[in-house]
Amino acid sequence: MDLIIDGIIKAFKLLIALDPEVLGITWLSLKVSGTATLISVFIGISLGMVIALTNFPGKKFVISVVNTGMGLPPVVVGLFVTVFLWRNGPFGFLDILYTPTAIIAAQAVIATPIVMGISIAALQNLPAKMRLQILSLGATRLQMVWILLREARLPLMAAVMAGFGGVISEVGASIMVGGNILDYTRVLTTATVMETSKGDFDIAFALSIILLILMFVVNYFFTLIQQRERPR
Amino acid sequence: MKPSDFPVSIENLKVELGGVSVLDIPCFCLGEKEVVSLIGPNGSGKSTLLLVVNCLLKPLSGKICFRGTEIISREDIFRYRRKISMVFQEPLLFDTTVFNNVASGLKIRGVSGKETKDRVTNYLKLFSIEHLANRSARKLSGGEAQRTSLARAFAIQPEIIFLDEPFSALDPPTRHALTDDLEKIVRDTGTSAVMVTHDQSEALKMSDRIVVMNNGRIVQTGMPSEVMNSPVNEFVANFVGMDTILEGQVVRNIEGLMHISVSRQEIEAVGDWQADDKVFCCIRPENVTIETFDPGARTSSRNVFPAIILDIDSMGPFLKLTLDCGFSLMSYVTREAFADLGLYEGKKVFASFKATSVHVIPRSV
Repeated sequence: MDLIIDGIIKAFKLLIALDPEVLGITWLSLKVSGTATLISVFIGISLGMVIALTNFPGKKFVISVVNTGMGLPPVVVGLFVTVFLWRNGPFGFLDILYTPTAIIAAQAVIATPIVMGISIAALQNLPAKMRLQILSLGATRLQMVWILLREARLPLMAAVMAGFGGVISEVGASIMVGGNILDYTRVLTTATVMETSKGDFDIAFALSIILLILMFVVNYFFTLIQQRERPR
Repeated sequence: MKPSDFPVSIENLKVELGGVSVLDIPCFCLGEKEVVSLIGPNGSGKSTLLLVVNCLLKPLSGKICFRGTEIISREDIFRYRRKISMVFQEPLLFDTTVFNNVASGLKIRGVSGKETKDRVTNYLKLFSIEHLANRSARKLSGGEAQRTSLARAFAIQPEIIFLDEPFSALDPPTRHALTDDLEKIVRDTGTSAVMVTHDQSEALKMSDRIVVMNNGRIVQTGMPSEVMNSPVNEFVANFVGMDTILEGQVVRNIEGLMHISVSRQEIEAVGDWQADDKVFCCIRPENVTIETFDPGARTSSRNVFPAIILDIDSMGPFLKLTLDCGFSLMSYVTREAFADLGLYEGKKVFASFKATSVHVIPRSV
């Protein structure tokens, strides 16, 4: 019990002291996972829109693949991205393995199916005739897409939050493609794993608490966007 | 009339779904400021026709023209859609305020903020929902939601409005109030309209012309009184509430007065069918009079039959009697008359109807 209480006390001391190393790690986590989420939102929502709103043979199969992708194990993604970025791998010439860019790439692969899967469900959940109604109001295709996105904004924001939550908290892929290099690719989760294995529980606690606070702040911000302008 | 006189006209329209023909319309035109009702049973192709005329469903073949010009390219469709408007059975409102919903068509068209505000306010008033302007569309009753949907469709001031059973999900009092308002607004704004409906009274009340559809085809087109009183065949007769439809055969025709044999009885009717022609005799229940004694020569009705009351059904303000006069006959009586005449099941009465009240249509078998 003492171990936990001591850990938490030390954690708060570290937090209050604004340790530059801890701040750097936090900032990198936010930057890397934020960028990965942004990429996944862009790809996931646009592809999800196409899948949800068009009819093509094998549509159900494609949706099942996307839904399976929502549970993609980060270590598997880490393995594949590592192999792809390995010096003599297909993308070895990019020379980005063990850089923050590699972590962004791996995290984008993890988050995209999450965002896409929820987006598909969100858009399919709109009444089928909604599209006809929008078109009959004289909308262009682009206006229709915009109105549909706005109509599905609640579940779509949930998709963004789920995507961000999935990547900010994953450790397997980050450690495999990033390498946990101090001041370069060390993020909150990889640092927590390392400090725990060293037995430095106080620092591990501090990092975990920061991670939780970070997730709360970001999700609070997303929730504000999601819930704004809801007329009574 | 020139083709350009019609806001919308279609020619040789065919639609197939999964290889099955669901719509086959050789010709249909909507006149300027005309209100047309499409009636017919479920699956008769009414809603499909509406979708096709809105260019929301691509036909297999055929021509759709807007003021005489065929709609071909995507640009044509787009320009056409900006001049028309459609209201569906479900209100399909956007997740925002009533005001923003009504404004949505105008925003799509890039109408200026001030004009949008004026127009929306005006249409909210016309549909008596101005007090709901700032309420969420998710928190409206069925009637309010459909009013919002109608206001949204009218706010863009369309040249033609298409209505796909807009009231079918509403309770009768709400529906009646809304039908009255809608009719007034359609007439006041001079909008041409096509309305799909299940409700004959709605069709009778609102339209200049009724189109009866069955199996993807137009079975009859005519003024409401024409369709209601002179259905072209048994299907339409049934559909428009001709409760008594009797199989008969013309015995003789003397100067337009036919004697038709029906179940060993003879009915007199007016028409041009000749001896041995096989026909249906259709009689509206409201045209059958009931008396407790033989009216004899005191009635102008040429058809008087002794009858027994087999069944009495309540129809709101009326009672519907099923009579046996050797053939089955339906009649409506008011509750007052029912009490005055002292009617009950099994009572012997006399049923009479005029020769002109019998609508005769040909029968093939």
